[in-house]
Amino acid sequence: MSTTTSTISGNPTLWQDPEHYLAIDQESNVGLRDLRKDAISHFLRMGIPNKHHEEWKYLNFASLAKTHYHPVTAHQPFQLTSADAERFRLAGKDAILVMIENGRLNKQASNLKALPKGIQIGTLADFADDAAVVSEYAMHAPYQEEPFVALNTALAFAPVVVKVDNHAIIPNAIQIICLSNADHEAIAVNVRFLIVVGKHAECTLVKSHHTIHDRFPVFLNTVVETVLGENAKLNFCKVQDEREKTTHINYHKVIQARDSVHHITTLTIGGSLVRNNLNILLNDENCNAHLNGLYVMNGTQVVDNHTLVDHSKPNCYSNELYKGIIDEKSTGVFNGKIFVREDAQKTNAFQSNKNIILSNDATMNTKPQLEIFADDVKCSHGATTGQIDEEALFYLRSRGIAEPEARALLNHAFAADVINQVALEPLRESLMELLNRKLRELEA
Amino acid sequence: MLLSIKDLRASIEGKQILNGINLTIKPGEVHAIMGPNGSGKSTLASVLAGREEYEVQGGEVIFEKQDLLDMSPEDRARAGIFLAFQYPVEIPGVSNANFLKTAVNEVRKSRGLEAYDSKDFLKVMQEKMKLVEMDKVMTQRSVNEGFSGGEKKRNEIFQMAMLEPKLGILDETDSGLDIDALRIVSNGVNALRNAERSFLVITHYQRLLDYIVPDFVHVLYKGKIVKSGPKELALELEEKGYDWIKDEVDALNA
Repeated sequence: MSTTTSTISGNPTLWQDPEHYLAIDQESNVGLRDLRKDAISHFLRMGIPNKHHEEWKYLNFASLAKTHYHPVTAHQPFQLTSADAERFRLAGKDAILVMIENGRLNKQASNLKALPKGIQIGTLADFADDAAVVSEYAMHAPYQEEPFVALNTALAFAPVVVKVDNHAIIPNAIQIICLSNADHEAIAVNVRFLIVVGKHAECTLVKSHHTIHDRFPVFLNTVVETVLGENAKLNFCKVQDEREKTTHINYHKVIQARDSVHHITTLTIGGSLVRNNLNILLNDENCNAHLNGLYVMNGTQVVDNHTLVDHSKPNCYSNELYKGIIDEKSTGVFNGKIFVREDAQKTNAFQSNKNIILSNDATMNTKPQLEIFADDVKCSHGATTGQIDEEALFYLRSRGIAEPEARALLNHAFAADVINQVALEPLRESLMELLNRKLRELEA
Repeated sequence: MLLSIKDLRASIEGKQILNGINLTIKPGEVHAIMGPNGSGKSTLASVLAGREEYEVQGGEVIFEKQDLLDMSPEDRARAGIFLAFQYPVEIPGVSNANFLKTAVNEVRKSRGLEAYDSKDFLKVMQEKMKLVEMDKVMTQRSVNEGFSGGEKKRNEIFQMAMLEPKLGILDETDSGLDIDALRIVSNGVNALRNAERSFLVITHYQRLLDYIVPDFVHVLYKGKIVKSGPKELALELEEKGYDWIKDEVDALNA
């Protein structure tokens, strides 16, 4: 095969032989052998999606398919320490840091001992005896239909579990810092999370992605399954701040039980190609879901947010606000689906997507998609894509503010709207700093 | 001489609006520009402030020995031109106080003055807020967002007080104001009058000039100043309307 390259270990690359990396032995105690075999067969059947596939039509995976990624294996030693994690602290000094190094929980570099009572973080193997956890694993993200979920289900050898006990109110924010370190070869990282928040529990989680080294390309394939119990409250923030050699495919499925409240914020400023699937199922009455997203892009970045809020039961509320600033030759995609099932009377579902295009070469594709089968509902959606407000720009300049600063001020105001929805103050401030750093990059 | 406009011609989207404006303003003077709708009053304000959609076809504007038409809007502001907008822009997400601090410090920097720190800025702001009876809450809100018409105009005068320009251009600041708001806005402007600071007051109605009493009144018609006089001219216009001037000019050109 012409794509063959030799590797340090002599192992095949990811696309040459994904089955070689089937994570069968790693977690034998949780009995995932059949699941993984089934998942890889689905991946081999579906393959990497292409532009003919409606859900993937704006993404070009040619370069992904050509790159000789080497899946990270359980045998590779950890290289990073807690000091490396500390550099990426976003949620304030009281936040507890947990490090995922190239897809694996690095317990040494994590401050697991400091976790407050009521929350546990470990690998799936650590939870082998916990039926409440094991029974949820891989039950929600549909590997039969989603090729990258299938790949992840087959190859994620050490799934990470976050479990919040029933009634536990977790005082500290937990930041899970996912670091990519591709210092000697192109790597493929399949990282898997299961987050189980028990009944009446409350917790703030931050999952942030950063790059330590990207001398070689990184393919990050993440799947998150979140299960919220009755009356549970979860504030979740996802930060994608990788460097430019990272392709990040992320599938996130959330199941909400009765009376649960979920706030989720997604900030994407890094990565060459980022695809986020956020799929929220409001599975019982009186659920509350807030989805906020912000993407700020330049260069040739491609960021694709596909969201789905599935109202299956009555009296639920969802509110979605996604905003984007798209500069240079970058491309943004927003596809926001809202399903209101026949049963879901008295649904309130709102969606808004607003974009600013800063260059003639930048593109934004936005598509709201509402499918409503109930008759007593309040739903609205709106999508706008435009240039910077010239009238506002002139107003600021007429007060003595130079054009570049005036533009930065307006862009910041536009984007800050999303970050301002984040409740935790130190986190909000860190996100503002990340935003400002990115905006300075845009002006440069 | 603070401002000297000679034979200024300007158009927008191919349509000629200003047809040779001549006007000179000395330090401390208040000039009122009146005229019927569509005569070019707001265009004159826009061209002076540097709005880029207007194309200047000829003439010159000298502001304190500098060629104003060559300068960016921000440089004009720093040199001491302030335009109070007819329709102040709402800028969601930018707090009034932050915006003003940035602007004031930019202008101070360009004048060789030290930037205000937060404490000094707050002090100056509180002082100037009194001029237009501004509420503290208004400074914390986003620029003009959700402000009433009167609040927006007060905010314009408040900004002018903060930026301390040499020439304040009021573009129909009275439009849409009730009598109380008009009084507050005018008091603010009058408090800012001094021997150095000049004003160009553009208005459709004489009423404003009862409060802000001008030194000179000019009538703009078809892009030209067709009549100039003392403040009494405004009263005459109020009484007789613009038709007699139109007739005079049109007869002359016939």
